[in-house]
Amino acid sequence: MLYRENGQFKTSYRQDQQIFGITQDRYAILGIIAFAFLAVPFLADEYLFRAILIPFVIMSLAALGVNVLVGYCGQISLGSGAFMAVGAYAAYNFFVRVPGMPLVPAIVLGGLCATAFGILFGLPSLRVKGLYLAVATLAAQFFSDWMFLRIKWFTNDSSSGSVSVAGLQVFGAPIDTPVAKYLFCLSLLVVIALLTKNLVRSAIGREWMAIRDMDVAAAVIGIRPMFAKLSAFAVSSFIVGVAGALWAFIYLGSWEPAAFSVDISFRLLFMVIIGGLGSIMGSFFGAAFIVVLPIALNQFLPGLGGAFGLHISTATAAHAEFMIFGGLIVWFLIVEPHGLAKLWSTGKQKLRLWPFPH
Amino acid sequence: MSSISLRTEPVEAVPPAMAARLVEQTSANQPIAPGRHTGEVIMDVQSISLSFGGVKALSDISFNVREHEIRAIIGPNGAGKSSMLNCINGVYQPQQGSITFRGQTFRHMNSHQVARMGVARTFQNLALFKGMSVLDNIMTGRNLRIRSNLLLQALRIGPAEREEIRHREFVEHIIDFLEIQAYRKTPVGQLPYGLQKRVDLGRALAMEPQLLLLDEPMAGMNLEEKQDMCRFVLDVNDEFGTTVVLIEHDMGVVMDISDRVVVLDYGKKIGDGPPEEVRNNPDVIKAYLGTSH
Amino acid sequence: MGFFLETVLGGLMAGMLYSLVALGFVLIFKASGVFNFAQGAMVLFAALAMARFAEWFPAYTGINNVVLANLAAFAAAGAVMFVVAWIVERLVLRHLVNQEAATLLMATLGIAYFLEGLGQGIFGSDIYKIDIGMPKEPIMAFESLFQGGILINKEDLYAALIAAVLVAGLSVFFQKTGTGRALRAVADDHQAAQSIGIPLNRIWVIVWCVAGVVALVAGMIWGSKLGVQFSLTTVALRALPVVILGGLTSVPGAIVGGLIIGVGEKLSEVYLGHYVGGGIEIWFAYVLALGFLLIRPQGLFGEKIIDRV
Repeated sequence: MLYRENGQFKTSYRQDQQIFGITQDRYAILGIIAFAFLAVPFLADEYLFRAILIPFVIMSLAALGVNVLVGYCGQISLGSGAFMAVGAYAAYNFFVRVPGMPLVPAIVLGGLCATAFGILFGLPSLRVKGLYLAVATLAAQFFSDWMFLRIKWFTNDSSSGSVSVAGLQVFGAPIDTPVAKYLFCLSLLVVIALLTKNLVRSAIGREWMAIRDMDVAAAVIGIRPMFAKLSAFAVSSFIVGVAGALWAFIYLGSWEPAAFSVDISFRLLFMVIIGGLGSIMGSFFGAAFIVVLPIALNQFLPGLGGAFGLHISTATAAHAEFMIFGGLIVWFLIVEPHGLAKLWSTGKQKLRLWPFPH
Repeated sequence: MSSISLRTEPVEAVPPAMAARLVEQTSANQPIAPGRHTGEVIMDVQSISLSFGGVKALSDISFNVREHEIRAIIGPNGAGKSSMLNCINGVYQPQQGSITFRGQTFRHMNSHQVARMGVARTFQNLALFKGMSVLDNIMTGRNLRIRSNLLLQALRIGPAEREEIRHREFVEHIIDFLEIQAYRKTPVGQLPYGLQKRVDLGRALAMEPQLLLLDEPMAGMNLEEKQDMCRFVLDVNDEFGTTVVLIEHDMGVVMDISDRVVVLDYGKKIGDGPPEEVRNNPDVIKAYLGTSH
Repeated sequence: MGFFLETVLGGLMAGMLYSLVALGFVLIFKASGVFNFAQGAMVLFAALAMARFAEWFPAYTGINNVVLANLAAFAAAGAVMFVVAWIVERLVLRHLVNQEAATLLMATLGIAYFLEGLGQGIFGSDIYKIDIGMPKEPIMAFESLFQGGILINKEDLYAALIAAVLVAGLSVFFQKTGTGRALRAVADDHQAAQSIGIPLNRIWVIVWCVAGVVALVAGMIWGSKLGVQFSLTTVALRALPVVILGGLTSVPGAIVGGLIIGVGEKLSEVYLGHYVGGGIEIWFAYVLALGFLLIRPQGLFGEKIIDRV
């Protein structure tokens, strides 16, 4: 009743092609973005920022990048942690070694280094696909693990192996409070999400999806597989690299190579699959799910156990978290393999008909 | 109410006259008119041999194709017809022989290079992109001609936006021509088989090819659908002068619309010439019907 | 020269252990097309089960015989793995039959997390010992040929022998028995196998059981060497390059691949390690597999993948 498209006629191709075709959608998204920028800083407390909002924003960005590669172009990648690491350490080196280097260019340069790394380790995609490609990307992951652990130059010859950054500021405004950090990351997220959405709905996005759906046919209609796949790796690693730099600089503050281990690669892949492959909205949903779940389990499990008269030690809680996490992933994949984004669009369909049943 | 602007530019889009004729075709009931003006040889297949391991799919096949003609390739199942198209397309690499297309001779060429030379193709088993809508599928056929780079596409301003709209207009003409307007936003996986075949054809047409390879375009269709498809093929050949090479099993279709026919059997060529001549060729009859003992 | 041989032998034996884990991967992939990322978790789970059962056996039955305890623990752990296989097939695989590779991969990752949590929850998360009586002292061999002889780790030798016996047994199982034939049929073509009456679901349970037993043997050996602890799960990640090298669908490929990776790792660490800062073991196998992928994507013994349009 409220969500109908009646009266919304598209009278030019430009209108037909816009990102949010339905007026209600457009207002809803603008509303959400306004809320995120203007209201949340006043409503959320510091814990919420540090534990949920900032990780959510940064991980959404990373999930977006991974979705471009895995969801839109169909190249399975288990090396996203490596791209984050390269972005983080490259940004760190630019920030620390080049005198007077401002923050945003350092992060962008970090992203570009991640792009180069991504293109290099994306070369196997020209020869193999599927599981073999997944294993090839793991090579990137382990190589990066080793690189930042053993090659001292990357960590500025730090004796402990860990590095840190301080005194972050943008055009003189310092980024030290949770609110400032949140707004900084959110701005970058919105800009990059918009650019990515533009990419996936134009020619290159169609090339990626063609390669994903049937690469032999894609070649036959004139799409160059090399350009399509490597461009997907390039764009994806750039976004993931920027997210990595943000994760290190803003969320962690000080970090060591283990912060970007294979575990993060798995988590990113979970986010993308649970959120929905090939969907920008899906990346947000998936990131929210994976960021919030451990925290929710942590809060509720002891309480739940107490209700049954069981005392749940922290060790048991940790093990139970693993079990529930794994179980939920499997359950989700069985129930809705296309992810939360599919549930969302099904919901919207139902909303179109509401209050009528069909 | 603003109208859809039909602004076209001379270089990339369909010339207005041709576009108008396309729109005309959708309602006209034109009779099938054989007798086109065929021109020079644009493709020459020379002694192509292809084997997979021990199986010889094609042995020493040679034939040529003239510009503007409709060339049919026929033969019993397993004769190697699709393999022949795959060789022309660059999907398979033949072990021997060569193909000359518009002056360029090659044996091994990547499929996307062949596509960029002006060869388009439909598939027997429908190689559509299942994750995309009809409109997007046909738009991928325009990718050859997209000029704007990644950065412009990301920003989606000015030239990139205008180019996208231009290509959209061209694709809409094709959609009109193939009469699939109602389905343009539907994911192709949800369409019935006959419509999917039209989308396949549309995607090939979007490439504005000089040579169109059709692999059993009428397989699995009823009489009405076949008539529609025949009409499309003839219109494409008439209006754009596209040379068509098609593989087909329906003899009626072959006799009616093709200028010349190549007959394959067990990977060898057993006939080559106008339809009537091939129809009466004893080898061809033997291949289809078998000999009596 | 002697040192070189020592390194190679050590590598061969380490490689044998990789092959064991890789076998589990290959078995499941051959029969169901699923790449089982949970293999490492299964190794840990099985090893934990065996270690704890061996501990509890004397406490419950009062019999203090180590050999008996180990045998009973092995049998019990095997039974547990059967149950795990049955549950996995029933609750997970059956519902994910036609999904794409990425989804199945993620599902096995989910199973991995689940098993890790469950195993540690039931059996505990300390480091446990498995003592199956493997001798720990090394022997010096070939003293006549090389000065001082070559150091051979007896434990590794026994482990390699056990692994070899297991592989031989599996080969016989696949080639000679009816079930083995059925497994190969399913690996070739699910639908064709179903149409001649092979029950897919039962086959999958059997395959996961066998993979579970392989995981148990691998866990037993690794556990005896290193102690049973959480890091055992990373063993699976080390075995992935083996599968790539050997070919995802080949049992002999898993063996040969394991040996090559084992030797390669040891040699590269010893001879190349100090040039680049050491510790290259963590990525050498992967980069080797990567190089292989570029030249021969299907691995040494795998089947060539032909795309028909």
